[in-house]
Amino acid sequence: MIRKNIVLGHGSGGKLTDELIRSVFVKRFDNEILTVQGDSAILPLRASLLSFTTDSFVVNPLFFPGGNIGTIAIAGTVNDLAVSGAKPLYLSAAFILEEGFPLDDLEQIVISMAKEARLAGVKIVTGDTKVVERGHADGVFINTSGIGLLVEGRKAISTGSGIAVGDKILINGPIANHGMAIMAERNNLNISADIKSDCTSLNALINSVFNVCDESDVKFMRDATRGGLSSVLCELFDKKTFGVEVREDRVPIDDNVMGMCELLGFDPFHVANEGKLVMVVDGKKAENILNAMQKHPLGKQAAIIGDITASHPGKGHIITGVGGKRVIDRLAGEQLPRIC
Amino acid sequence: MKYIDEYRDKDKVSVLVDEIKKRSTKPITLMEVCGGHTMSIQKFGIPFLLPENIKLISGPGCPVCVTDRKYIDQAIAYSRMPNTIIATYGDLIRVPGSSSSLENERAIGRDIRVVYSILDAIKIAEDNLNKRLIFLGIGFETTTPATAIGILTAKKKALTNFFVYSAHKIMPPAMAALIDEEVKIDAYIGPGHVSVITGTNIYNFIPQKYGLGIVIAGFEPTDLLQSILMLVKQCETVKPRVEIQYGRAVTSQGNRIAQNKVKEVFEARDDWWRGLGVLANSGLAIKEKYARYDAEKSFEVEVEPIKKEKGCICGSVLKGIAKPIECKLFAKACTPMDPVGPCMVSSEGACHAYYKYRDLN
Repeated sequence: MIRKNIVLGHGSGGKLTDELIRSVFVKRFDNEILTVQGDSAILPLRASLLSFTTDSFVVNPLFFPGGNIGTIAIAGTVNDLAVSGAKPLYLSAAFILEEGFPLDDLEQIVISMAKEARLAGVKIVTGDTKVVERGHADGVFINTSGIGLLVEGRKAISTGSGIAVGDKILINGPIANHGMAIMAERNNLNISADIKSDCTSLNALINSVFNVCDESDVKFMRDATRGGLSSVLCELFDKKTFGVEVREDRVPIDDNVMGMCELLGFDPFHVANEGKLVMVVDGKKAENILNAMQKHPLGKQAAIIGDITASHPGKGHIITGVGGKRVIDRLAGEQLPRIC
Repeated sequence: MKYIDEYRDKDKVSVLVDEIKKRSTKPITLMEVCGGHTMSIQKFGIPFLLPENIKLISGPGCPVCVTDRKYIDQAIAYSRMPNTIIATYGDLIRVPGSSSSLENERAIGRDIRVVYSILDAIKIAEDNLNKRLIFLGIGFETTTPATAIGILTAKKKALTNFFVYSAHKIMPPAMAALIDEEVKIDAYIGPGHVSVITGTNIYNFIPQKYGLGIVIAGFEPTDLLQSILMLVKQCETVKPRVEIQYGRAVTSQGNRIAQNKVKEVFEARDDWWRGLGVLANSGLAIKEKYARYDAEKSFEVEVEPIKKEKGCICGSVLKGIAKPIECKLFAKACTPMDPVGPCMVSSEGACHAYYKYRDLN
């Protein structure tokens, strides 16, 4: 019998589980460490500093313009490692599947994961599958963990302890695409905005930056995901001895995304991204780094969007496009569309 | 982006700001009575651009904010009825009722759905004929025509499971009440979207009876600044009148078709406004002719006794006699994450807008 859907047996640990692992996961994620199929993966690593991260992915809808839950599950964990300054190497992938989930959809997701892992230069070396009864999950949930190598010179990046007044803030491209792509898809808004998610792995772009500058020139990196650009900026200045000033007119945003945000009354600074790198760099090297970013396919629209300032320490503001001022704050709860 | 960039042009903005500074000599207080304006003013940082003698205050222009807590309690009671789906615009779900909110009720399994249009609610009713759907009709003149069309559509489709719980209100009685209560303002920045529907003749009483000016404004920075400039000129020359700045959308007659739909379905009733109390003929009830679509007439529910929030000054904020930052709870016990009063919930609410875009001082 050719099965088209996940059944509880796929999580039983018996024949069906084995078949699923071999015919879907091992087949697509194929690499010498995974194929050993031991109880744990043996990693050939010699390092004194490792980065280690984990993330769970629960996207609705599972498939959206520009990617699917699988793409995000890989890119998200790769990015968490890469923005800490680490070189992402190995990932785990654990699946919680809902009974009845179409095997074809699972295969599509796994193919996307394999593709994204290849692009990012990482290997998926261990994994797990569980099946829950229908109604106890939403199709598929994925958890990925990742390990990366960190060199001594990049240790300060994840905390931003080297940030100084005069440093510049950069972003690699337009904001809010992922959130608005999901929004359009999820709510059947019937808006033909053709917005694609920006979900992608950022480690190659980060490498291209380090090719043109010293390790100490990059003071801070974050990928702006949930909570949008504002959340990253808040993290940047919270409880610090410096302030942040961002110029709204320098922050790239696509017309169709802007239009949809206007329509729904959303603030694009609060909308999620899945492929946006926010970087704080030495002021004197900013132009150089910007040029390097702009030469990379993921940084064509990169821009210097703001400054680290001595004024208003621990706070941030945006100079609005018309010259007004407003404070930068985190999103509270989910953004709700306005009544009128 | 076309239709946005030209209205956010920095050079045009600075010309307008210079002109305002040149023309304005006396201290004036302008009140906006549209939540969209409150939002735009804060979003673009307009107060930062104005001379110190021009003060902007927010009035009762956010439909969620002026709605009685009892309305939320009753909506929650409806959501607890078996086989019931509640459809609502997003703003409403986080508003605290006496002991719960629609968001909490949704989390514990009530079927509460956020819709963007009443026609989505009709679709949900059609797809769930074995359940009843109650649409929470809220908003001023802007959203009322849509609700009217919803009811007319339900009738046309002979839907028997579609109901509306109306909290619709009209703006002019509140604008009059504020002046009657001696709130100190010199002129109104008139609501843009409301006026698209109503036209501007409904405001004639403001200069005629009260001697105050009103300019119907658009929502972009140049719209707002041009409107402020027009009001400055009115105040400086003491010639209060009704003027339209938002000419690309507003006419003196308004949208007749929409007005007729509202007249067909709704009739005026006295209604309770947070901060203002009961105002005569300020609310809209569903006419007897359409009573079968009226949730209030169709279902008896037990509503818990109202618990008042302590220390919240939403009422005074709505009247423009207190700024959000003057509230002891502001940004402490009351934040958008954990709102005490409704003004902190809706993105159009004055407290929410002040919180989100508050200045650095």
